[in-house]
Amino acid sequence: MRTTLPVAVAFLSGLIMVVGFFMNPEKTFFGNVEEEVLQWVTIVGGFTLLLGVVSIVRVNSRVVSQKRKDWIYNLATLISVFAMAIPAIMPISSDSNFGSIFYSIFPESWSFLFGTGTYSIYDWLFNYMDSPMMATMFAMLAFYIASAAYRAFRARNAEATLLLLTAVLVMLWRIPMGEAFLRIFSDSLPGYINTYVMSGVNVAVQRGIIIGAALGAASMSLRILLGIERTYMGKG
Amino acid sequence: MTFFGHFEIWLSAFLVLSLFSFLYKDNPFYKMAEHIFAGLSAGYYVGLIWQAVIIQQLVNPMFDQGHWWLVFPGILGALMFARFFSKWSWISRISLAFVIGNTAGVFLISQLHGFVLPQVVSTMISLNPAQGFAATLSALVIVIGVISTLIYFYFSKEHTGILGGTAKVGIWFIMISFGAHFGYTVMGRISLLIGQVQFLLFDWGGSIKQIF
Repeated sequence: MRTTLPVAVAFLSGLIMVVGFFMNPEKTFFGNVEEEVLQWVTIVGGFTLLLGVVSIVRVNSRVVSQKRKDWIYNLATLISVFAMAIPAIMPISSDSNFGSIFYSIFPESWSFLFGTGTYSIYDWLFNYMDSPMMATMFAMLAFYIASAAYRAFRARNAEATLLLLTAVLVMLWRIPMGEAFLRIFSDSLPGYINTYVMSGVNVAVQRGIIIGAALGAASMSLRILLGIERTYMGKG
Repeated sequence: MTFFGHFEIWLSAFLVLSLFSFLYKDNPFYKMAEHIFAGLSAGYYVGLIWQAVIIQQLVNPMFDQGHWWLVFPGILGALMFARFFSKWSWISRISLAFVIGNTAGVFLISQLHGFVLPQVVSTMISLNPAQGFAATLSALVIVIGVISTLIYFYFSKEHTGILGGTAKVGIWFIMISFGAHFGYTVMGRISLLIGQVQFLLFDWGGSIKQIF
């Protein structure tokens, strides 16, 4: 029961998608079911993401309640989650039952602060806190990439030299000053990099990787549908 | 600029500098900013899912349009939370299996129909020298690159003889592509860094100038 039922559910929900692909959604039952199931999966998938957030809250609140080492940082995480999430899930009008109760407590002129629209608390926190930090996190990678490059880009053998040369050429090609430098050697060099490296070798390799990965993903999907692959269920 | 405008810029600048401080070494400012970032990102997804999925796809169709059958995915979703109760955690497998099975069904078709076939079709290009040297060379690069890359990732037979030689060509192609990707990624990160430095120099710097 604990294993067979999930395997049967996985098989049936996958089968609907496979069969539904070949059916007209407007004229056939299966096609119609496929559309409906896609909406169902979006809803259940939404809950899985919420599950992740609940898990974060549980883990952090446990640390805070037990006052473990550096619990103040976990408290900051908890406050941030609630500061962002609570205003976002509040009703933006008094039309619904919950909305009428909510706006009997708070003035309705405050409604612009709630939800996820422009000028909401959610929007403000995203624009002035979350978004700059996200950009900084990725920007910081520039330093770590540079340090990784220093270690990796040593021309120890032919392959490493090829990697080094291509990376340097592409980095030069991407900036006006570098492009001007490349033109010293040949006016056609930037064009060659574009044609033969980016649109040639790079496209070919990406294509090979995509074909291989897609075949792998398709075979893994088949294993899941047939119940051979069950690791997603965990232990027990 | 208003007081609130200055506050917004100073808050962003403080968080940006706190994160950059990690480049020196780990410190309480970085840790605090990092935890706030993790919390805000989790909260961001709550807002996004609540509005785009729970309200728009579940609550509104169920109560406004009478789509009562959406109660079933609602129950399946709620069953996910059984994971937190060790005795009933196996029930969450049903919801998980529904999502995984469905995704597998979509993938089975989409990967073959959307990736494998179009990429194979795009690789079947003319190698006729009559189309000109440059076009033939480009076509050759694509065909040889795709075949040799695929052979490099084919591990069912030992890479010796012709297979080994082709796999070696595959490594060269892969190295060039990874180098190009690396260069591209570095430039992308550098442009983000420039953006953040510009924010600190012009927005925050401008605010400092106005205040002092």
